Amino acid sequence: MKKSVLLGTLAVAGLAAGAVSAQTLDEVRARGALNCGVTTGLVGFAAPDANGEWEGFDVGVCRAVAAAVLGDSTAVNFVPTTGQTRFTALASGEIDMLARNTTWTFSRDVDLRFEFTGINYYDGQGFMVPRELGVSSAMELDGATVCIQTGTTTELNLADFFASNNMSYEPVPIETNAEAQQQYLAGACDVYTTDASGLAATRATFEDPSAHVVLPEIISKEPLGPLVRHGDNEWGDIVRWTLNALIAAEELGVTSANVAELAAGTENPEINRLLGSEGDLGGMLGLSSDWAANAISSVGNYGELFEGNIGENTPIGLARGLNAQWTDGGLLYSPPFR
Amino acid sequence: MANTPSFVRTQMLEPQDPPLGEKGVVKWIRENLFSGWLNSILTLVSIYVIYWVLAHILPWALGGIWNAESLSECREIRDASGVGHDVACWAVIGARWHQLLFGFYPSELYWRPILALILFGVAIAPVLFDTAPRKLLIVTAIMPFAAYWLLWGGTIWGPIVTALGFVIGWAIIKYGSATLGALGATIAAIVVPLLYWLFVAGAISGALGSALPIGIESVASDRFGGFMLAIVIGVAGIVMSLPLGILLALGRQSDLFIINKCSVFFIEIIRGVPLIVWLFTASLLLNYFLPPGTNFDLMLRVIIMVTLFSSAYIAEVVRGGLAALPRGQYEGADSLGLDYWQSMQLIILPQALKISIPGIVSSFIGLFKDTTLVVFIGLLDPIGLSNAIRADAAWNGIYWELFIFIGLCFFIFCFLMSRYSMWLERKLQTGHR
Repeated sequence: MKKSVLLGTLAVAGLAAGAVSAQTLDEVRARGALNCGVTTGLVGFAAPDANGEWEGFDVGVCRAVAAAVLGDSTAVNFVPTTGQTRFTALASGEIDMLARNTTWTFSRDVDLRFEFTGINYYDGQGFMVPRELGVSSAMELDGATVCIQTGTTTELNLADFFASNNMSYEPVPIETNAEAQQQYLAGACDVYTTDASGLAATRATFEDPSAHVVLPEIISKEPLGPLVRHGDNEWGDIVRWTLNALIAAEELGVTSANVAELAAGTENPEINRLLGSEGDLGGMLGLSSDWAANAISSVGNYGELFEGNIGENTPIGLARGLNAQWTDGGLLYSPPFR
Repeated sequence: MANTPSFVRTQMLEPQDPPLGEKGVVKWIRENLFSGWLNSILTLVSIYVIYWVLAHILPWALGGIWNAESLSECREIRDASGVGHDVACWAVIGARWHQLLFGFYPSELYWRPILALILFGVAIAPVLFDTAPRKLLIVTAIMPFAAYWLLWGGTIWGPIVTALGFVIGWAIIKYGSATLGALGATIAAIVVPLLYWLFVAGAISGALGSALPIGIESVASDRFGGFMLAIVIGVAGIVMSLPLGILLALGRQSDLFIINKCSVFFIEIIRGVPLIVWLFTASLLLNYFLPPGTNFDLMLRVIIMVTLFSSAYIAEVVRGGLAALPRGQYEGADSLGLDYWQSMQLIILPQALKISIPGIVSSFIGLFKDTTLVVFIGLLDPIGLSNAIRADAAWNGIYWELFIFIGLCFFIFCFLMSRYSMWLERKLQTGHR
């Protein structure tokens, strides 16, 4: 059996090598499921529960796209990817989209030939120190030992920050976030630095969170968002506008609770266009007219997704901050549905 | 006049007990632990160190909390109970043990991997123990296909039709030698089944499947995880790499130029590159060569890579065994008029493999532990799952409990393998005494 699969695959490979997947939407429909790359486990963003069901903030984006395309938010194959395998998995077509707290950078967008379809979380690199050190600003960290994950953008940001402020530091290289927590708690380093969301999640797990402070300085921009391959703009549009639909839904007051009621038609033409009772925005995407209503009813709007997974009522307890709607002083700003 | 002794004992005295300091436990302790002042000091220091370690670990481990929903609940229970020290939060094992063992395999189907493991035990018995009934070898032959069917499910015809290919190959060797000659039959036995698998097998199993749909619920590879994944990869690698490794070792010893050079090339290339690189090749590089949308199962790719990797090491171990045989054994076999395969099968390999057993088993133990490397390509083996479990907000921040559980499970498997190897060595008396 195994041999037959191998040889069969090689034979098929030879025949079909020319075909390029410009039609991701058709493939997803034929498969009946969306292949969505997620992290192998990050608190609040993606993790399997005791029954093996994936849940989290990034997972919600995958489910929303599946609901918009297939009408079924459970029709998702979650493919766990590591920092090393994520881009290859996407480039080779193993996954249709990647929603894995990936920072949108120039070289990833241009040189790696991916298309970021928006930003679902504005993050930034911060510092955490034990309260007993008495440090209140990152500018007082001259000479500190810093626990830092190797091979990440945070490592480069850290070097930039200390160099530009004429300060020195001693790095303690570590491999994973779990290792970092242990090293930091054991006192192997004075400071732990990673994305502010990660710091908050880490601090929440400590025996005594109040003994540690997250310093106010954010030293980098880490816009995290879902991404797709170059070369299939129709598919990229679907992912982009599904995310925008979630954001716009919050702005317009559409929630998973009232979406069915509002979808019947309202006074507000933009809600009507979004939910498909007016115009044919779904048809332009190649989807059914209730695509956005499906996405919102299955995972909720952006605010519900945020509060349910990483918001202030969860153990992670992140404030909306930059991730509030533009009307509330945040950066979330969906282009109009028109 | 002869001296007359004034007293002669006429009966034996009962032997007295040795002094208290010269017998039993006291003697053993005095001789082994307190035989001199230096040794006495070292003993006391060692006892203190052992006490110190246990005094820290045992209350933590034995006082552990088994019933809790999350790490913070564990901490609340501990604080409420008023113990002054840290205690383990074993509740995470209670909540997630099924995931660590079976990954995301559907829980109502757990009987299938368990049955496969039991069957595997039965199937491997005649290979491991020569006292087991020989008829069990039939189970051994069926086992790979039965295990595949049990684990992945689906139609029963796929494995049966695939197994038929091996039957065809065997039949050609058995009955075709007379007409085709030995070499011709060997080549035909390789080519005909390959053609059969490539072009006929799929159609037959499809036709049979639609005509007579017998099957069980199929389970996709991405549902596999935890120890089940480690064992499936490890066992498949071990079972397939041994024959392949022996063939490679024979190839490297062969006088046939092309076979010899191909074997050397293969072994050196595979051994010259770390396993993690091969795993990345399997998971990343192959994707670029295969057309987009081809679903060539990642787990299958990993099994193939692990098998190839392990077979190169086995080949070198077996080659060591072959080289250790005196030249006379080869010449003796030739002088009996045996052909190459007969002499290998009857004279050379039984001795060479016997010598190689410790090396082979230690390769297998290494291979089994190396399966944890798949965590780097995103497969959720026990280590990967411990990461995923920690990513659940309820259990974030828990380390030792998970790692101790995983370590214990690995230890049990590896210890059993190494005990078996020692038993086999004693039984076969591999030393040249």
